[in-house]
Order: sequence, then C-alpha cells, then structure tokens
Amino acid sequence: MRRWLAVYAVAFFAFLHLPLATLAVFSFNSSRFTVWEGVSLVWYRAILRDPQLLEGAWNSVVIAMASTLISTVLGTLCAYALWKRGSRLLTGALYLSLVTPEIVTGVSLLALFQWAFRWLGWQLGLSTVILAHVSFCLAYVVIVISARLRTVSPELEEAAMDLGATEWQAFLHVTLPALVPGIIAAALLALTVSFDDYVITSMVAGVDSQTLPMVIYAMARRGASPVINAISALITVFFGVLILVSEKVRAA
Amino acid sequence: MKLRSIFLFPAWVWLAVLFGAPFAIMLGYSFLTRGVYGGVEPPWTTENYTRLIDPLYLSILLRSFAMALAATGLCLILAFPAALFISRASRRKNLYLQLVMLPFWTSFLVRTYAWLFLLRDTGLINTVLEHLGIIRVPLPLLYNDGAVLLGLVYGYLPFMVLPIYATLERLDPALVEAAADLGARPLATVFRVLLPLSKPGIVAGAVLVFIPCLGAYLTPDLLGGGRSVLVGNLVQNQFTTARDWPFGAAVSILLMALVTLVVWRMLGREVEDLA
Repeated sequence: MRRWLAVYAVAFFAFLHLPLATLAVFSFNSSRFTVWEGVSLVWYRAILRDPQLLEGAWNSVVIAMASTLISTVLGTLCAYALWKRGSRLLTGALYLSLVTPEIVTGVSLLALFQWAFRWLGWQLGLSTVILAHVSFCLAYVVIVISARLRTVSPELEEAAMDLGATEWQAFLHVTLPALVPGIIAAALLALTVSFDDYVITSMVAGVDSQTLPMVIYAMARRGASPVINAISALITVFFGVLILVSEKVRAA
Repeated sequence: MKLRSIFLFPAWVWLAVLFGAPFAIMLGYSFLTRGVYGGVEPPWTTENYTRLIDPLYLSILLRSFAMALAATGLCLILAFPAALFISRASRRKNLYLQLVMLPFWTSFLVRTYAWLFLLRDTGLINTVLEHLGIIRVPLPLLYNDGAVLLGLVYGYLPFMVLPIYATLERLDPALVEAAADLGARPLATVFRVLLPLSKPGIVAGAVLVFIPCLGAYLTPDLLGGGRSVLVGNLVQNQFTTARDWPFGAAVSILLMALVTLVVWRMLGREVEDLA
C-alpha cells in the first residue's frame, strides 16, 4: 500500500510538473520544430526583437505594480476594519466576486465602463485595466490578511489604548507590524494574479494597453511558437524565484 | 469606531461601483432588446431568458455542466491518493505541499499553453510517437473535448489536493490503527474510514474545482479551438462577435445564479473557515 502510494505520487508530481519542464527545455532548442537540434538562445533573442511582446511586458509590469499597490493598501484597511466588526454584506460580496466566473466579471466591467463613458468621455485603456485588476485583487488581499488577523489578539490594542494610545496609534504601532508577513503574502498573490490575468483584461483593455498575456494568447491562438516557450520559461522562473524568496523572507 | 468607518470606505465604494453597479447594469441589459448596431434599447422583454431553452443553448449549458462535473470527478480521483500520500509522509511534507502549490503560482495561461505545445499535430507527443514508428499520421489530440477536459483537470488539480490534505491531516491516526486492529485491510481502511471522514475536504475541493470549470473560458478557447463551445465562450461571443449584449447579459446572470447557488448550498459557513 505504502509503496503503491509512493509510486503514484511520483507519477502525480510528474504529471503536474513535466509539461512546464518540457516547455522550458524546448525553449532552448535551436530548431523551430519539436525536434531537438541543439542548444541555442535564439528564441530568447527573438523576444527582445519583438516590439509587441516588449510593450505587452511593460504594460503588464505597470498594471501589476499599480493594481498590487492599490489593492494591497485598500484590502489591508478593509480586512482590519472587518476584523474590528464584521459586515456580512461586504464579506459576502467579496467572496462572491471571487467565485464569479472571470468572463462574467469581464463583460460586466465592460458594460459598466461603456455605460460610464457616455458621461465621462473616457476610453478603454490602462486606467480601466488597472481599475478592473484592483477590483478582482481586492478579495484575495482581504482573505489573506483576514487569515493573518485571526492570529492577532484584540487585547493588545485594548492594552495600548488603556495606556493612552489613540485608535490610529494602536493600529499603526500594534496591529500593523504584526500583519507585515500577511501583507507581503497578499501583495505577492495580487501581483501574480494581476500579471497573469487574460480573460478579464482582454474585455476591458484598449489598443494601447495590450498586456503580456494578451500578446501571448494571440500568438498561441495562431499556433505554438518557440518564442512563447521562451517567454513562458522566463515568466515561470521569475515567479518561481519570487515565491522562493518570499518563503525565505517569511521563514527568517 | 470612526477609524473603522474611514478604513471601510474604499471597500464600500468598491462594492457599489465595481461590484453592485456592473451587476445592476447586466441585470437591466438582460431584459432589454438588442439594438440595430449592437447596443441595447427598449422595449423591455423576457425573451433573452426564454431563448435559453432553445435546444442549441440548452445543449451548451448541459455540456458545460457535464464537462465541469467530469473535471471535478477526475480531479477527485487523481487528488485523493496524492493527498493521502502527503498526509502520511513522515519527512519532507512541506516540500510535497510546495510542489502541489507551485503550479498555482505560475501562470495559468502558460500552463494551458504547455498542453497546446504537447498535444498539437507537430507537438512533442505526436513527434515522439512518429519517431518511434508507432503512428504515421499525427493523432488528433488537440482541439477536442478531451483536450479541454485535460486542460481543466490540470489547471485546477491543486484546488482539490489541498482541502483533502487539510482534512486528512486533522484526522486522528488512531482511527487507522483501530481499523487495522479490527481486521480491515489497508484498502478497506481507505474506502471505509478515510474516504468518508474526508468528506468536508472533498466537498470544499469539489466546489473549488467545479465553479471555475463551469464558467471556464480560456481553456475551452485555447485547447478546444472554438470547436468545444462552453457557456463561458457563449458569453464572450455574445459580447464580441455576435454583439448581442442583452442575450449575453442573460447568460451571465444565469451563470452567476448557478455559481451562487452551488457555493451557498455546498459551502455556506465553510467558505469562511477555509480562508
């Protein structure tokens, strides 16, 4: 029984990781086809020559940074306030936003933006994408930080206030420092979710705000290409390293 | 409690502007008529909802349901032994858990693309099989329901492993010993003790897999290549190519109602415990 489980586990982890591993290996293949011809960096150089990919990557970085920053700040405040006293309506809406199918969120936000444009004279672009990303990152941030808050004892703030601290000082000097690991974890989650999103983004992006997933998606729909293998390997390694570093930070 | 109100203000704005308003607009649109140039216009009608009973759309809904159910079932079968293995591992438990979590942190799009790379006609699997002389013409592995199912299972497998692992981990090891002492074979212990006792984790995992699969758009589009239309693609299509926003809105409202119903019925309080 034990041995069978171990054999199964090997197969299971292979299934989970081999597809990405082969993708990464073949990104170094000098041939355009799936036949191994030798190690080469030609597809990585091709990334640097593709203005669409570079522009998409730059847009994705800007969008991910902005929406991570905004959603982490707002989500932290929201989680803290809900920890003080809950709100079924708000919590329910946050969970509902998490389980709403992405495509429904995308078309709903598109409908909202189109409707608002009539008065505001806006256009679909970076700002609408950032707004959409903040919207779906918020629930993730609130949930991660709420989990962390459950380990914080409310008596600490009460003690601080008994000793003369204001509400604001108690938050800033007592609870907030205890939340730092949770805030880092939440920000990382928001960053990865924002950087990766295709479905919602594709509905609310304009011509000047094509993100990296959108460019990759358009390429993938035309068929596989070794350039996508290379950019995929880069994305995977980047986030892999980011997560490993954050684990080390948390453990330290 | 002034601080709390200030802190909560942005969240209320979010709720009203980015969550409530889009939903209200969609609900309104779903009762309107499609405009000549693709917009929405009066009169009010319920026709968008009655159109859902049309066999064409009903079959898409049923197919989406069947696909999500199949993906959930396959995930359960694949995930349970893995969760059992991790919960019984004496060493390196954290490493195994991280190995399960790692794909979750890498891009979903990249993971789906990986299967496009493996399954296409000139992909790795067909190339290897041809070189080994097993096949002459490439097998049609991509752009069918099987490829979509594989993509969904691969994409959401970690969501099934983690909750099952969490319940198995909390079980008293004495239960397994007691079953063995009373003469149960290892396999009987799994099926008659561990499986029933891990029901909370299985339910949570099933919902976490079923929900995103039901509304999936990316996987059927990329791996199904337009040949495997699910309800997510139907919504996207109505808002882009078909330009029938009222009908797209009606499908979206139905999808949201289904998802809310599943979550509410199956999880209720457990959602909060999971977080």
